[in-house]
Amino acid sequence: MKTLLALLRAARPSRARVAASVALGATSVLSGVGLIAFAGYLISRAAERPPVLSLGVIIVAVRCFGLARPVSRYFERLTSHDLAFRVLAGLRVSFFARLEPLVPARLEGYRRGDLLTRMVGDVDALQNLFLRGLTPPLVALLAGGVSVAVCAAYLPLAALVLAGGLLAGGVVVPTVAAYAGRRSGARQASARAELTVELVELLRGAPELVVLGADRAALERVAALDAELTRLARAEALATGLVEGLAVAVAGLTVAGVLAVCIAATAAGALDRVLVATLALLAMASFEAVAPLPSAALRLQTTLDSGRRLLALADREPAVTDPAAAAALPAGSQLTLDGVGFAYGDDENWELSGLDLYLAPGQRVALVGPSGAGKSTIAALLVRFLDPDAGRLTLAGRDLRALRQRDVRSRVTLDSQDAYLFSTTIRENVRLARPGASDDEIERALAQARVWEWVRSLPEGLDTFVGEEGAAVSGGERRRIALARTFLAGAPVIVLDEPTGHLDPETAEALIGDALSAADTRSVVLITHRPEGLDLVDHVLTLRRGRIVDMRAVRRPPAVRLPAPV
Amino acid sequence: MRTLDPRLLRIARGARSALAADVALGLLAAVALLAQATLFAYAVAQAFAGRGLGAVAGALVALAALAVARGLLAGAFEATGRRAAARIMSSLRLELVRRRTHDAPTAVDGAESGEVATAAVQGVDALETYFARYLPQLVLAVLVPLAVLGWTVAIDPVSALIMALTLPLIPVFMWLIGRYTERRTRARWNALARLSNHFLDVMRGLTTLRSFNRGEAQTERIAAVGEEYRRTTMQTLRVAFVSGAVLDLAATLATALVAVTLGLRLVDGGVTLRAALTVLLLTPELYVPLRALALQFHASADGLAAAERILDLIEAPGAPPAGEAATPLAWQTLRLDDVGLANPGRPGQVLDGVDFELRRGEICALVGRSGAGKTTVAALLLGLRRPDTGHVTVDGVDLAGFDAATWRRQVSWVPQRPTLFHGSVAYNIALGSDGLSAAQIEQAARLAGADGFVRELPHGYDTTIGEGGRSLSAGETRRIALARALVRDAPLLILDEPTADLDAESAEVVTAAIGEAREGRAVLVIEHRPALARLADRVVRLRDGKTVTETVRADAAETRPTVGASGEPPVPAAAVGHASAPVIAPGAAPA
Repeated sequence: MKTLLALLRAARPSRARVAASVALGATSVLSGVGLIAFAGYLISRAAERPPVLSLGVIIVAVRCFGLARPVSRYFERLTSHDLAFRVLAGLRVSFFARLEPLVPARLEGYRRGDLLTRMVGDVDALQNLFLRGLTPPLVALLAGGVSVAVCAAYLPLAALVLAGGLLAGGVVVPTVAAYAGRRSGARQASARAELTVELVELLRGAPELVVLGADRAALERVAALDAELTRLARAEALATGLVEGLAVAVAGLTVAGVLAVCIAATAAGALDRVLVATLALLAMASFEAVAPLPSAALRLQTTLDSGRRLLALADREPAVTDPAAAAALPAGSQLTLDGVGFAYGDDENWELSGLDLYLAPGQRVALVGPSGAGKSTIAALLVRFLDPDAGRLTLAGRDLRALRQRDVRSRVTLDSQDAYLFSTTIRENVRLARPGASDDEIERALAQARVWEWVRSLPEGLDTFVGEEGAAVSGGERRRIALARTFLAGAPVIVLDEPTGHLDPETAEALIGDALSAADTRSVVLITHRPEGLDLVDHVLTLRRGRIVDMRAVRRPPAVRLPAPV
Repeated sequence: MRTLDPRLLRIARGARSALAADVALGLLAAVALLAQATLFAYAVAQAFAGRGLGAVAGALVALAALAVARGLLAGAFEATGRRAAARIMSSLRLELVRRRTHDAPTAVDGAESGEVATAAVQGVDALETYFARYLPQLVLAVLVPLAVLGWTVAIDPVSALIMALTLPLIPVFMWLIGRYTERRTRARWNALARLSNHFLDVMRGLTTLRSFNRGEAQTERIAAVGEEYRRTTMQTLRVAFVSGAVLDLAATLATALVAVTLGLRLVDGGVTLRAALTVLLLTPELYVPLRALALQFHASADGLAAAERILDLIEAPGAPPAGEAATPLAWQTLRLDDVGLANPGRPGQVLDGVDFELRRGEICALVGRSGAGKTTVAALLLGLRRPDTGHVTVDGVDLAGFDAATWRRQVSWVPQRPTLFHGSVAYNIALGSDGLSAAQIEQAARLAGADGFVRELPHGYDTTIGEGGRSLSAGETRRIALARALVRDAPLLILDEPTADLDAESAEVVTAAIGEAREGRAVLVIEHRPALARLADRVVRLRDGKTVTETVRADAAETRPTVGASGEPPVPAAAVGHASAPVIAPGAAPA
């Protein structure tokens, strides 16, 4: 329930729209009830052979309900879908605003595409909660209530039977369904996850497994997991069958009960005989109000799990927050690390410790070392994705923690190997770094990254689509487009975190050379575990287990030493 | 994909009996419905005639029994269909993995493998709707209305005629609307797909956005795209829902029409109350199966898309069947003899005259730009592919004649992008070798330069890696795969860029290990780096799928231009590097 309320708050559906959707839904159900009940009344009344004219009003009512039913149902479907899309948009905005400050430091594991995809899938799943979980119960309450009330006006006992039946169909059966869903849902989810992992591995590594002769064993594992999942799915099929059957049986039994009560009342003279068919048919049709509830309840658990996962994420504290009273950023781009230490979580092991570094404007430093030495953590510290646990970093003499993140990142730009290209045009991907940039400036940035010739040769030039759904762009070209974006940002300090990851050595060497020559007077921190480009920087620092163990000058001593920060 | 795709129906055949049972259950449920309507009308008519509860008690009990029976039938219908769907999905998955490992062992790319696996596992929900509801409903949508009409003819032919007259309107309307909707929907499809993927795109690139201070600005954009998506989709739905509304309208108008006609005829005494009520109850049931069919058609569309992806992979062309001859163990020379190969469905040749040999005790370096066909050569030697023209021979005997499994037992291979499998480091290294001791595993890791970082993992050699385990860098992954290949007792070792992603230190260790591996083995190294090519006894340069030069280094360099080659020097360029500079004092901030 707490989850439900929290999610409701996150989605903020407009009350008027929910009300409209519920009203239309109830109208649709009640038109169906009205149509069949009045038709029954018409036939019963006609059987008494009254003058035809006296049936006129009833005939009009039957026709009206007959028209109102498809019309209200059509608009109900439109309104509820419209509501669902609005809720989805609201949820996306709301979760985005809460998750955005957590990236990347607090969602480190979420860099991997599949986890992110799941998160996005979770947000999408939540719209079901509202489409199936919010309006249908309200519709059931309203339409069911009206049906029972009408019934009560003629025969309270029949109303009681109907109310009992609707409660069984609208509360008891869905509860059974929710219970069945909870039990099988969790077990199926883990069986599915295991099988997915095994399948991914097998699809990805099939040739290796075959060559190693390990394919048979892998097949057997998949078959065993598949058998388990199939067993669970078949067990669930029985559960849903049970729920479905219960719903049908409850409706049928209630109609029989109402009919019996009505017949007894007629025999006792308490009910006009014309109303027997009317009330029984009304009862029959009113079950449409509760029909969608069991299947909604069956899925409730899965949806709530999605919600819980998201809320747990959204409740994390950002790793870095802007200071209440941010200092103005003075001119200058010299960076210092002063006894910087960093540890992930409560870990006793320091990822970085006692790090001292001075980066003068225009200076180029390479950080090398084996993976796990803490290189990328330094990159994250430099752009203030993380704050140090010991010591301090300063930019132009100011402690980074006293500055707004926005100000830090306008002067220090990070380009990492997993810099992302969005599913849009090359122009938009580059322009991202500076939204006001003109085509000329974008061209210049692409030229600096030595990729403009290639872009120009494309049939659609800057308008070529890249990214997930875009045209095939080689790894080298992708990296260069990302580099152009970094140049366009115009920050005086550039941090290149493994810019040549996933590239072959020839491409890597060319890329690094071009990047460093285009960086011109900017300061560069090149983080790499590969040899390319190490001859093009001023200093190479070797990092091992969070400490600088070696430092050597390569090409030239810094031409000009700027005065130290005050 | 068409809704009655023959490929899907072929798969459904495995569950034919279950689907038939489903149809039978649906028909029984329809019969129960007819009985229920008839009994209901009987009981009301009796009460109308002034008879008390006692007179209709039997009918009421029968009605209650029918309610339970309908519940059982509905439950059984649901359960049978879904159980059949689960079985179909399982056979689809197993066919996929069997096909990918046995007949067509080609790797499915990283991202795609994830999507296909998800489709194969999660896609079951949507396919369930297709197999469990749509297919049986397709039959029931014809049979149930016929049964209802037939029963109505028996009770009241006039009403049956009215009902029959409204029926043909439906398919005509549906067809018209369907055509119109399809055209409109298709035009919007791409735009919709892009809009709906926007959020995923933004989330995936969030770190990049934050690096450029564009994170917060995305909130508005997400809201705007969400709004655009809603607007566009609603435009489509406004038309799409019309088809449902037409069915609803036909059902309610038919009910109203039948009810009014019956009312008027009752006044004239042209029909009995009992018959009239029965017909009234049956009229809406005429349309229920059609309505259900329309709903399930939309719901099963996703499942069809999932199935299509899996079916495409299952039906991808496989390797031609291998021979049955056992491979000789003591072979000396492997030859590629004017080998040509094209990728099915793509223009141009991948290999177009590759010619070189590989001897035991030698390292052969295969060099050339990316796209020159180097990796394809490896696939040929592994027996994963067959040449279209020319031959691959083992001591003069065509490789195609050998049993693939026994041949592969003689091959050890590290692909360009090696895969780690879920399990411990030790398990991964020992994969493909029998009965290795812990010492042998560690020795292999040392040779591959992996021992150092493995020892620093939380549980050393017992650390779980691979999908779902601890993630390793590309260089670490490669070193584990190298250890796996080096420890395997196979006379042919194929290494696809063994030092890519490695730092200089590890690359040196690995290079030394490869140098020693040539003892008793034929080693094929696909490589860019000069250090490895220098180690080679034979350097083969490929360009555009052709052998350009084959240089044998053994004693005196003998360069043999194979095709009319020109240009590139036969021996790789000299090493790049830089003189080591003196160590300077740390560039710390001046005081």
